[in-house]
Amino acid sequence: MVNLIWLLMLAIGIIVSAFNGHIENVTISAMKAAELGVEVAIELIGVMSLWLGLMRLAEEAGLVKGIARIFGPAIRRLFPSLRPDSPALGAIIMNLSANILGLGNAATPFGLKAMQELQKENPTPDVASPAMITFLALNTSCITLIPATIIGVRLKANSANPTEIIGTTIVATGCAMFMAILVDYFIRHRRKT
Amino acid sequence: MNVIAEISRWAIPLLLLLIPVTAYLRKVPVYESFVEGAEEGFKTGVRILPFLIGMLVSIRVFVDSGALNILSHWLQPLFALLGLEADFAAIIPLAIMRPLSGSGALGVATQLINEYGPDSYIGRLASTLQGSTDTTFFVLTVYFGSVGIKKYRYALKLGLLADIIGLIISVWIVTKVFY
Repeated sequence: MVNLIWLLMLAIGIIVSAFNGHIENVTISAMKAAELGVEVAIELIGVMSLWLGLMRLAEEAGLVKGIARIFGPAIRRLFPSLRPDSPALGAIIMNLSANILGLGNAATPFGLKAMQELQKENPTPDVASPAMITFLALNTSCITLIPATIIGVRLKANSANPTEIIGTTIVATGCAMFMAILVDYFIRHRRKT
Repeated sequence: MNVIAEISRWAIPLLLLLIPVTAYLRKVPVYESFVEGAEEGFKTGVRILPFLIGMLVSIRVFVDSGALNILSHWLQPLFALLGLEADFAAIIPLAIMRPLSGSGALGVATQLINEYGPDSYIGRLASTLQGSTDTTFFVLTVYFGSVGIKKYRYALKLGLLADIIGLIISVWIVTKVFY
């Protein structure tokens, strides 16, 4: 499915550009995007190193285990296939907390760390485990309490009330997250029986 | 709301203070451990690089071609049929862009907010939509790519389902709260 979407986006983009008579844009877009990929990755290396360094300190100080023990019981219900003392739980909790607080650049390192830990417990290394899918469903539909960027955009556009969309955002994302958890739960159960 | 904003503001400085101090008190060699952990950041960054580039190229070519505008133009009569406001089609590029690219979606949302006004129906809907879901497609390819997963199974369908529900609920709640 990913292969098909990837190909379709590329092919449709090229065909539409050709019809619109600016085929040269394809070249520029592709080159610019490739450069941007490196930029993003390099920037991410900096932030990642910072957070993974801090995460190592937290692990060695026993803080990650402590957090997992406090919030674990709730989270563990969503990940029944994980060992109860799995180090993935700590990283998952840190990732979700960063998402909820809207700290996007801290969330990614914790998320990738969580994936590495989940991969260690995955019996089939090239196939996604149910725990990974649950984690990504949570991650991509996660509530953000303060959507800071978009509030900034509204502020600049002279909104009478830039923060009025916080409530609607929380309701929308809350419903999406709830449905993702519910559907994931049913898929896992149906596959088991 | 101010409380939450304050927590967001203080969260990182406090983590930067409390984690190393606690670690030090628990006899962890703080600097050396930090450096050891940080080393992983480089490896992970390099590992996700090809996935980032692959995804960004395809997404950019698609977005820059103007295919989204054509698509929303086609869909316009459908929304009129459903009894939605005529403006509604303007939100389609954002709804399609949202799971693909974070910066792309922010660009579209910013443009919609400036064009229709932040306190218009489209402005509020675009704001809600932008704040409510993440870039599913992008996160999936990079996260799975970083650990070498090739078969996503039902992950993409589940993620996109959540996005569609987010879209429907956004339309409903914005209409409900503001009109």
